Amino acid sequence: MTTNVPVIDSHAAAPQAGRKNFLNCSQGFWSWAGTLDHKRIGIMYLVGVSIALLAGGLFALLVRLHLWKPEGVLFGNVEYNQIFTLHGAFMVFLFVIPAIPGSLGNIVLPLMLGAKDVALPRLNLLSFYLWVTGAVLATLAIVLGGFDTGWTFYAPYSLYTDQAVVTIGLAVFVLGFSSIFTGLNFIVTTHKLRAPGMTWFRMPLFVWAIYATSILQVLATPVLGITVLLVAFERLYHIGIFDPRLGGDPVLFEHFFWFYSHPAVYIMVLPAFGIISELVSVHSRKPLFGYKLIAFSSLAIAIISFLVWGHHMFTSGQSTYAMFAFSFLTFFVAIPTAIKEFSWVATVWKGSIALNSPMLYTLAFLVIFAIGGLTGVILGALNVDIHLHDTYFVVAHFHYVMMGSIALAFFAGLHHWWPKIFGVIYDETLAKIACGIIFVGFNATFIPQFIMGSRGMPRRYATYVPEYEPFHQASTVGAMVLGGGVALMVFYLVASLFQRKTAMQNQWGGVTLDWLSPTPPPLENFDEPPTVTTEVYDYSTLDYKTMQTPVA
Amino acid sequence: MSHDGHHSVVIPAPGPEFVPHTVAHHFDTPVQEFQAAKLGFWLFLATEILLFGGLFAAYFYFHEAYPETFRVGGHQLDWRLGALNTSVLLLSSWTMAMGVRSAQTSQKQKTLLFCGLTVLGAVIFMVIKFFEYQAKNEHGLVVFSELFAPYDAATGSIPWFKDYHGVMAGLPHGHLFFAIYLTMTAIHGLHVVIGAGLILWIMKGAAKGRFHAGYFLPVDLVGLYWHLVDLIWIFLFPLLYLVP
Repeated sequence: MTTNVPVIDSHAAAPQAGRKNFLNCSQGFWSWAGTLDHKRIGIMYLVGVSIALLAGGLFALLVRLHLWKPEGVLFGNVEYNQIFTLHGAFMVFLFVIPAIPGSLGNIVLPLMLGAKDVALPRLNLLSFYLWVTGAVLATLAIVLGGFDTGWTFYAPYSLYTDQAVVTIGLAVFVLGFSSIFTGLNFIVTTHKLRAPGMTWFRMPLFVWAIYATSILQVLATPVLGITVLLVAFERLYHIGIFDPRLGGDPVLFEHFFWFYSHPAVYIMVLPAFGIISELVSVHSRKPLFGYKLIAFSSLAIAIISFLVWGHHMFTSGQSTYAMFAFSFLTFFVAIPTAIKEFSWVATVWKGSIALNSPMLYTLAFLVIFAIGGLTGVILGALNVDIHLHDTYFVVAHFHYVMMGSIALAFFAGLHHWWPKIFGVIYDETLAKIACGIIFVGFNATFIPQFIMGSRGMPRRYATYVPEYEPFHQASTVGAMVLGGGVALMVFYLVASLFQRKTAMQNQWGGVTLDWLSPTPPPLENFDEPPTVTTEVYDYSTLDYKTMQTPVA
Repeated sequence: MSHDGHHSVVIPAPGPEFVPHTVAHHFDTPVQEFQAAKLGFWLFLATEILLFGGLFAAYFYFHEAYPETFRVGGHQLDWRLGALNTSVLLLSSWTMAMGVRSAQTSQKQKTLLFCGLTVLGAVIFMVIKFFEYQAKNEHGLVVFSELFAPYDAATGSIPWFKDYHGVMAGLPHGHLFFAIYLTMTAIHGLHVVIGAGLILWIMKGAAKGRFHAGYFLPVDLVGLYWHLVDLIWIFLFPLLYLVP
């Protein structure tokens, strides 16, 4: 099994005509809309979250264009508030939270475990349709007059504004259950459907990351559900829980909201960590440095992230002692996160690095996430945060994590598993160019925001004083470049489906089970149920022939 | 879904009045199917508890903030009716457990009987709840016809809180206790109705002979759901009726 010499087997390379896979095994609308197959559901999610990403991106570009001049260019104040709320709500609830688990997680997790499907396929389809329902409700809320509360729905403003808060609240409630059911399904799948020999410490780290994410989804999301319901009830029959006029406490809303929404940040970022763990290993062709450390750090993050929510409320007047604790725990959660970053870098070190486009996106992630993570530690410090609270510094920080890290990891994973899912390969040259444009555009957008934020530019303002104009204009130009890069990426990915340039069975030389199933996988994933006999990321088991055998 | 030539596992029926169960194609054994569904359902129950957890947190927070409002408000609830409802739910949990046991031992008629008794318990619970709500309505503590009327910020009075007898007069935010009472018991009541619907669905399957010693998974899961509904009430009853 230790052959390191590539062997070309001309017989194996001959395409087997008409092999059935999950894409061509049945046709017609209902074979997709009513499917219970995790891969088809994953592709439907992929289409859905991509539309949400493009819509959210469009709203972002409108926000940036508006801020070209200090007095604002495009909108009145109310419309501006609506547009940035739409950007945040679409990106957070319709894209970032469901994107990786719903699409790549759905497709790859059962393959990696050697399972035929997720444990509860009907529930999986229900999750998707709940997502669709949430998306329809969110769109309906726009039609009903929009909503201008910001994606955080802070009371008391969300109780007083005359806009469609109940509808968007309902959308968030429904989307929450979509997320809960996805997480529940993945936990059960990971526990009950591992192939024979697939012990916990032979699971790929993407599975570990999705597993930790799922725990957070199941345990944190119900609290968001009841919180948005209570906001809706408050508006409908004036309970008085959050409304200070009726004896309520708006800070209680913030506690409830961030008890979900800080773990939610890790619901968003842990799957991204999982993708990066896979990709640094495959494209460096080296077992992961610190496999168990990365696995346990995912669980550590899942636990500690429940205890840091108060760092969103350092200026809310909460108890000083609570602030000490939240600040300390915020620093503390950086430790397992840093363990991952160091382990990835140590994995690449002295590896056989292949600068394929997924690897380029991965390397871009490593740089951007280092900045996003470290600025988070800066904001975790009490005295600094009092100064930076609600400024563009915070905006830049969480965009370095949410957009720069999570979206880039999503792109990386998409490029990595694209040939696996569709059996076709995109234009590598264009992919590398797009990656470069996105990296430059992203930094050009948000580095100016760090600077103006540290100089006091508050977030969410429709107008600003002229001294911030150069930073806003630089940021707007960066956003256009970033938008252009993403548009180019969408173009060549979609084009690859029509050009049908055949991919290899094992395009990048992965050794986890997802790469050992036929490409694209058959309906039940494996021709024969797999049995695992080797350790994970053991590249001595790599069969080089599969890297040179085109997809049948 | 086509099985591509793979053979599905079938659990035979124990008698002519039952039907066999086919294990879903992606599971290798009935045990795997049973355990997966059970684990998933327990996780779902955890999310239900967390959902109510938000409401309980709100209860404790405002109990602490306005203890006198909660003390006087709690005395407006009829603890006898609350205790009666608690007994009804506890009894229905026993009939549900017997229903599950009957399904496990392939006793079709007894499964139907005990599930039917559980639904009866749910109906009695909701009827008693209705009379409780009606009393609140009469005393102006929760005026249901005014529930969704707009709030008038100028007068600062809540449209559904009239307090005809002035029992909460002089107390800070007297409506708050009844708002929390209404929200918690209404969401719990919704769960009672959903639970009764699920048990009716189980009875439909049981009548067709779907549940027997070889396959009783749905009965088991709905039973767990019903016990959770009961359990949440066990916490609601003392907190709302007795603790104040």
